[in-house]
Amino acid sequence: MKKGYLGIDVGSVSTNLIVIDAEDEVLASLYLRTQGQPIRVIQEGMAQLSNLVPDGVEICAAGTTGSARHLAGVMVGADIVKNEITAHAVGTSRFIPGVQTILEIGGQDSKIIILRNGIVTDFAMNTVCAAGTGSFLDQQAARLTIPIERFGELALKSKNPVRIAGRCAVFAESDMIHKQQLGHCVEDIIAGLCEALVRNYLNNVGKGKEILPPIAFQGGVAANAGMKKAFEDALGHEVIIPKHFAVMGALGAAILAREEIESSNKRTRFKGFEVTDFSFQTRSFECKSCPNHCEVVQFYQNGEVIARWGSRCGKWDVQAS
Amino acid sequence: MKLTFPHMGYSYVAFKALINELGYEAVVPPEPSKRTMDLGVRYSPEFACIPFKVLMGTFLETIEMGAEMAISSGGVGPCRAGYYGVMHKKILNELGYDFDILIFEPPQSNYLDFIKKLNRVKPRGMSWRVFIQLIKKNYRKLEAIDQIEYLMYRIMPYEINKGDTYRAFKKALNMLDEARTKEEIEDALWEGRKIIARIPQDRSRNPLKIGIVGEIYVVLEPAVNFYIQRTLGEMGVYTDRSIWLTSYTQKNVIVEGRIGEHDIHQMAHPYLNELIGGHGINSIGETVIYANQGYDGMIQLAPFSCLPEIMAKGIMPRVSREVGIPVLTIFIDEQTAAAGVITRLEAFLDLLKRRREQKAQEACNA
Repeated sequence: MKKGYLGIDVGSVSTNLIVIDAEDEVLASLYLRTQGQPIRVIQEGMAQLSNLVPDGVEICAAGTTGSARHLAGVMVGADIVKNEITAHAVGTSRFIPGVQTILEIGGQDSKIIILRNGIVTDFAMNTVCAAGTGSFLDQQAARLTIPIERFGELALKSKNPVRIAGRCAVFAESDMIHKQQLGHCVEDIIAGLCEALVRNYLNNVGKGKEILPPIAFQGGVAANAGMKKAFEDALGHEVIIPKHFAVMGALGAAILAREEIESSNKRTRFKGFEVTDFSFQTRSFECKSCPNHCEVVQFYQNGEVIARWGSRCGKWDVQAS
Repeated sequence: MKLTFPHMGYSYVAFKALINELGYEAVVPPEPSKRTMDLGVRYSPEFACIPFKVLMGTFLETIEMGAEMAISSGGVGPCRAGYYGVMHKKILNELGYDFDILIFEPPQSNYLDFIKKLNRVKPRGMSWRVFIQLIKKNYRKLEAIDQIEYLMYRIMPYEINKGDTYRAFKKALNMLDEARTKEEIEDALWEGRKIIARIPQDRSRNPLKIGIVGEIYVVLEPAVNFYIQRTLGEMGVYTDRSIWLTSYTQKNVIVEGRIGEHDIHQMAHPYLNELIGGHGINSIGETVIYANQGYDGMIQLAPFSCLPEIMAKGIMPRVSREVGIPVLTIFIDEQTAAAGVITRLEAFLDLLKRRREQKAQEACNA
């Protein structure tokens, strides 16, 4: 029986599942769209993943990360539930030894992680603005009727990128429309958009951070070659895109889960791929104990409450393990 | 007359007592909630910062409860908060409420104005001597509240049963609430401290130590800062914050000797030698002080668009590098979701833990 370790990263836009072995070799990985339905996607993902995992692999630990990490954690029975910053840092430093800067752009958030000597020394995440994240690129691709997958290759064809204001998604869009109306070609506009997003990222998330090579660029947006080039032009350094760039968070979660189980000598809480057959349900009620009127979320597995969260005071919080 | 005041952490216990003892009726503002925020946002200028909006909401809520006048504080220097009281009053009057706000400016800026305003609050027929005694007594109550809150965060990281410290604190706060005379306040403080200090603890722990700095309102109001100190405390972190209404810690506890505004400015001097309004310079100076005392990390809390804290944030990377302490800045606005803050806090704690382990290893190898 070969040992496998499961990592799940449920983000706003994508849900990634991965199984690695004891040597960090990827045995199976999946990249799905969350489409606002994490429960269904996790179940479908688990079903698909169970077919992808080679025979004779036994899941010995499971870890979850991403904005729905708690939900995913109770669903599959995770041994560790970790924030996405730590998960990304762990995943990347395993594949790019000595990495000092991680640029990560996902669906709704973008982050920068600074590492020195293998440990995180600083990080930042976008706070109040989502300009420059995957969702915005997605939306603009749809508006220009270009499949998002071709965005990068088109950007690379540009000889003369136009200048677009990158500070705010709304202004960027009106700027783009303006440039279109002037008759600029789509390639130049797209390349200009990539440059604007990079400028915004470095000025906002990357402000005051010491960006030293090796620099890794990951998250869904790293699939966009135009963004990679814009980063390289702006930073003056090579930007490395790790092989598993889209699933680095899940990879980190799997590694952390393995470490957790190995160091604690416990048996995994993983419920098995059968979670696909369970019925999961979320119901909520409004607590009337104070004027906050918190929406308390109850999570059911086969009709039984297995977790509850969402109250500001914490009085309703129970998390069955 | 029915009097109200802004909600700031647990200080309402003392303000309520003072107002009632002066012979008015105190309208205790409810803890800022979603509703407060909704009301505040609806009637505030869009670009105003979160303290303005929360206060706006609070005033509207207390007006519903019958309040006729509020007592608030002003401010001098390059921070918008100095105009906030006037703005609140203008907006409320335009909405048709006959509501007055008595704004106390720092006395040294205009003594005459300060005394005039005190005279407006002083009931007719009450002597100045009695009036000042009442203020002094309830100031003592305020100090006592600060002391038990301070103690709570000191004990929390060691508690064995999650929530014990907070429950003990609430009990102590209740006792202070019921204390009437000077002697009763001292007794309640004594008893309260005992209750908190005696909860079951595991003293073998070596918790991470985090200092909290930033803009006064978001630092002092847990309902606005996601109960950050309690959240961290229950995650097993030892926290200390720089700002207290009675500056209790600065004068007595933080370090042996006395640390006052002057020393904080001195510490900030190599990085910033200009008053930039609000607590901007304090955020810098206090970060240096906490680093010198061996704290593991710093959290800077700031309302979104707060100019003094934005300037401080811009200077922070250099301070952080030179004194060797990681700093996490959290901007607070109406839509900042708690989940995002928790993610950042968890990642920050991971960072601090690894950093500490690495330091210990280096010390071993050396």
